[in-house]
Amino acid sequence: MPHDHHDPLSPSGHPYRQDNDEPLSYWQMMEIAVRELMIEKGHLTANEIATQIDAMDARSPADGAAVVARAWVDPAFKARLLDNAGAASTEMGFDIGPLNLIAVENTDKIHNLIVCTLCSCYPRNLLGLPPDWYKTRAYRSRAVSEPRAVLREFGVELAEYVTVRVHDSTADMRYIVLPARPAGTEDLTEAELAQLVTRDSMIGTGVPRRTL
Amino acid sequence: MATPIMADRVRVKTLVPPGHIRTPWYLRGKIGVIERPLGEFGNPEQQAYGRIGDRKPLYRVRFTMAEVWGTRAERPEDTLDAEIYGHWLEEI
Amino acid sequence: MGGMPAGPIPMEGHDFSLWEKRVDALLTLCGSKGFFTVDGLRRALEDMGEEAFEKYSYYERWIASINQNLVEGGHYTLEELGTRMEEIRVRGQTYGDANHG
Repeated sequence: MPHDHHDPLSPSGHPYRQDNDEPLSYWQMMEIAVRELMIEKGHLTANEIATQIDAMDARSPADGAAVVARAWVDPAFKARLLDNAGAASTEMGFDIGPLNLIAVENTDKIHNLIVCTLCSCYPRNLLGLPPDWYKTRAYRSRAVSEPRAVLREFGVELAEYVTVRVHDSTADMRYIVLPARPAGTEDLTEAELAQLVTRDSMIGTGVPRRTL
Repeated sequence: MATPIMADRVRVKTLVPPGHIRTPWYLRGKIGVIERPLGEFGNPEQQAYGRIGDRKPLYRVRFTMAEVWGTRAERPEDTLDAEIYGHWLEEI
Repeated sequence: MGGMPAGPIPMEGHDFSLWEKRVDALLTLCGSKGFFTVDGLRRALEDMGEEAFEKYSYYERWIASINQNLVEGGHYTLEELGTRMEEIRVRGQTYGDANHG
């Protein structure tokens, strides 16, 4: 590799996917060509593309975590979230665009799990881009037919009496799980509570951290 | 926009035309209950081919795992919700 | 693919590279500008078949589908695409070099 000084891991702990210093691929050529043609013909501008990338980069599971923490401390907000999750997220200042969002609530008796078996629909305008595993054949195939086995692979052990509700994002709605607030967190602030909320706990493949 | 009232119990049509359809294979022919109407959305079967989609009512339908997977179900009373367009549902 | 037999879920992830983010941005902008819908994206993805799913990465399939929809929509021609890709190929050996044509 021409540049072997790069850190193998990014700040998020994932390997970087090489691009700028790897041999140019057929699909990268296609991306450059499509982008250049669309810009030259006046359909798009380079600035629009850069702005869109910045907007998506700015989104992260922390946005969803802030929404969840607010719902944990504010019953009226929680009611609005469960009634219209898009409006409630917008109310908190998150620009979720045309996303039709439904929040589904985990309780001591119900555990919700989100999947898209047809493609990779994900509440990206609130949580950012989906993790790689969410888009895999294995997750998409199995989440609907053996969600409990899938949850065990993610380290989630459910009590015997808990019912699992799987949500297949087959059309125009996107889903976020409102995880149950961990016991013993009565003294935490809203900002501290948000730190307990993991990405996976909002997809249903995880549960919130119990302590900071 | 008002969504037409659908019977509580519905069956997903078993039609198998080729092309882009947002009704998953594993739910075709399965019986569920309307969890909630979601309003009207452009028909993806037209939009997928560069057409303006007619506005079609969309529903969230809840199925039991027993209904969907039969004896394969991990836990029969667990449920699966999916969004199904009204034109893919039959009232029963 | 719901309910099809499948093995353990691969948990490793990666950070998206610039070219992948550009593909993602192209799709969002094409949708917001009304060039085609996400349904068009999915249709062309499905038409690539199961083999493409195994063989190509997520954003490789996406750019193929975006291109298919834009050609169908008359935004440019295949001859223009082919000519441009050939120009890009000779610009440099890497994405970084080829992108600064």
